[in-house]
Amino acid sequence: MSPKPYGILAEFETPAALLSAAEKVRDAGYSRWDVFTPFPIHGMDRVMGLKNSLVGWVSLMMGAGAFVSVVGLIWYANAFDYPLLVGGKPMFSVPMTFVPAYVMMIMGAAVGALIGMFAFNELPRFHHPLFAGRRFELVSRDRFVLLIGSTDPKFSATATRQLLESLGGAHIETIED
Amino acid sequence: MAESTVIPEDLKPLAPPAELRRAPVVENNRGLGALTDQLSQFAEGKIPRWWWILFIPAAFGATVLLPVALVYQISAGVGVWGNNHPVMWGLDIVSFIWWVGVAHAGTLISALLFLTRQHWRTTIGRAAEAMTVFSVMMAGLYPAIHVGRAWFDWFMFPIPNSNGNWPQFRSPLMWDVFAVNTYLVVSMLFWFMGMIPDLAVLRDRATTRPRKFILSLAAMGWTGSARHWHHYEKAYVVLCGLCTLLVFTVSSIVGLDFCTSQLAGWHATIFPLYFVIGAVFCGFGMILVILIPLRKWLRLENVITLSHMDKVAKLALVSGLIIAYIYSMEFFIAWYSNDPYERWVFGHRLFGHTYWFLGWILIGVNVGVTQLLWFKKIRANMKALFVIGLLINLGMFTERFVIVVGSLYQDFLPANWGVYLPTRWDVALYAGSLGAFFMLYLLFIKFLPFIAISEVKGATPQGNPHHPLGGAEGGRS
Repeated sequence: MSPKPYGILAEFETPAALLSAAEKVRDAGYSRWDVFTPFPIHGMDRVMGLKNSLVGWVSLMMGAGAFVSVVGLIWYANAFDYPLLVGGKPMFSVPMTFVPAYVMMIMGAAVGALIGMFAFNELPRFHHPLFAGRRFELVSRDRFVLLIGSTDPKFSATATRQLLESLGGAHIETIED
Repeated sequence: MAESTVIPEDLKPLAPPAELRRAPVVENNRGLGALTDQLSQFAEGKIPRWWWILFIPAAFGATVLLPVALVYQISAGVGVWGNNHPVMWGLDIVSFIWWVGVAHAGTLISALLFLTRQHWRTTIGRAAEAMTVFSVMMAGLYPAIHVGRAWFDWFMFPIPNSNGNWPQFRSPLMWDVFAVNTYLVVSMLFWFMGMIPDLAVLRDRATTRPRKFILSLAAMGWTGSARHWHHYEKAYVVLCGLCTLLVFTVSSIVGLDFCTSQLAGWHATIFPLYFVIGAVFCGFGMILVILIPLRKWLRLENVITLSHMDKVAKLALVSGLIIAYIYSMEFFIAWYSNDPYERWVFGHRLFGHTYWFLGWILIGVNVGVTQLLWFKKIRANMKALFVIGLLINLGMFTERFVIVVGSLYQDFLPANWGVYLPTRWDVALYAGSLGAFFMLYLLFIKFLPFIAISEVKGATPQGNPHHPLGGAEGGRS
């Protein structure tokens, strides 16, 4: 099997160094690159041009779905399938459904947020080519890593490496796929 | 408070004077690597002796006392407890409300302070969330067995069955089922999601193969990609918003159980708010009790700083003052209502028979002792804060007892009066649940990231790309 590169990694010492390197990589015209950091870096979303995450919408849909389903369930259970007369009140009225529906909306929205996060991030994923990186384990500690993927149209094994060197990246490493 | 931030010479005139500067989130300022080492070392190191000394009695409570109390109660019936006519709600419901209360401050600290961008919450947020998760577990236990025939618990859920019966959705007791279950699920999701990046930290540091394998599974393959963080942060803020809603929902619904009953002492519109604030107050007490020893034993004084404890104490003071207001309002409304039964119940809280001293404990602790927190010296004295935290928990347990039993034991008909005393099985169940709580908590601090490592690092100057220590040139970039 011929080794095909996954991308090239470069390591930076500080979040500011990574941020300015990321700006230059973007300005150099690369499009398929990513950064790996121990915590979210303020301002990185803008440099990478990330749009508002859709997780909120998944959460909203699941929350709204749960709310409507519980209202329907209460109507079905207490007014349709087994009409239950309590205190001479109507068999079904919207206010009586509010509290359980509201609580289940919170449950649905929370599950939706988690599912959305996992789905958009393609997690859980137990193997990743980057885990083979010699120093990739330091990302969760105190290193800030920039990756330029080999699928980038501008990717070149030598020019990309030189760019990362010129940006001050240390421990530049080519990752095999 | 030592100011860790280095301010460049040319910006010094613009920086606020020392007394107005915020205390740093983490003291000593040793950098990201050293901080990671410090925060993960307890989960990786050898188990210290104090851990075993606390763990063995807690595990005894959880694995011997609790199962015995449960099995005996379920097989013999609710009669083994002191609950009897007219006091049909006893220590089981008191403990239930108390545990739900302990849970609330955890969510409040973790979620509400995140939404208000209080960076100091990063250091104690995880500890508080764990407190929430474990205490909701304990709370959920009580209603499940209090129903008397625990094997019919599934009747509480809307499950189609051959009897054709459904729950009655107009009852607040039914809403409780939904609220407590939702609270358990949502707080667990929130706790777990927050832990994923920190489990990845522990995974990357793991030295043995089994440890690496287990942590790899738990960390879900987290890489720290900016795209992952992007979705993660969105999901986190959504979950924080939802958890904040739950803080105000769950205890309100528990309060509704009481205020929809036609019983003097319970039938008051203030109850939902009363229970929420009481819950938060009690939870701040518990957070003080848990964190003060742990910060010392785990050598985390520079992370869970005196300034953070000071802020928790101030929040306890604020919620204590609201509680004091609610007490006075309760007594005022009872007097103002001119209702003889209301007046009777509230008069007897302090000057009645059997339980009068509990009323004084309640006022003395929740209103009196709390006022000590006005003093900076006391907020900086960890021993005093620890004792105050314990007293707050005791005071809130007493308050729940006074509300539940103090309103039931003398109702409208004197022929109907009685006295409630907990039996040994009531006490065993409570002690067992305390043991289970502390056992779970001790396991958590030993095996999982007890401090939100990635969040704390992000809140330090080294993690800020616009700060000189984060590599920015000059004061700002």
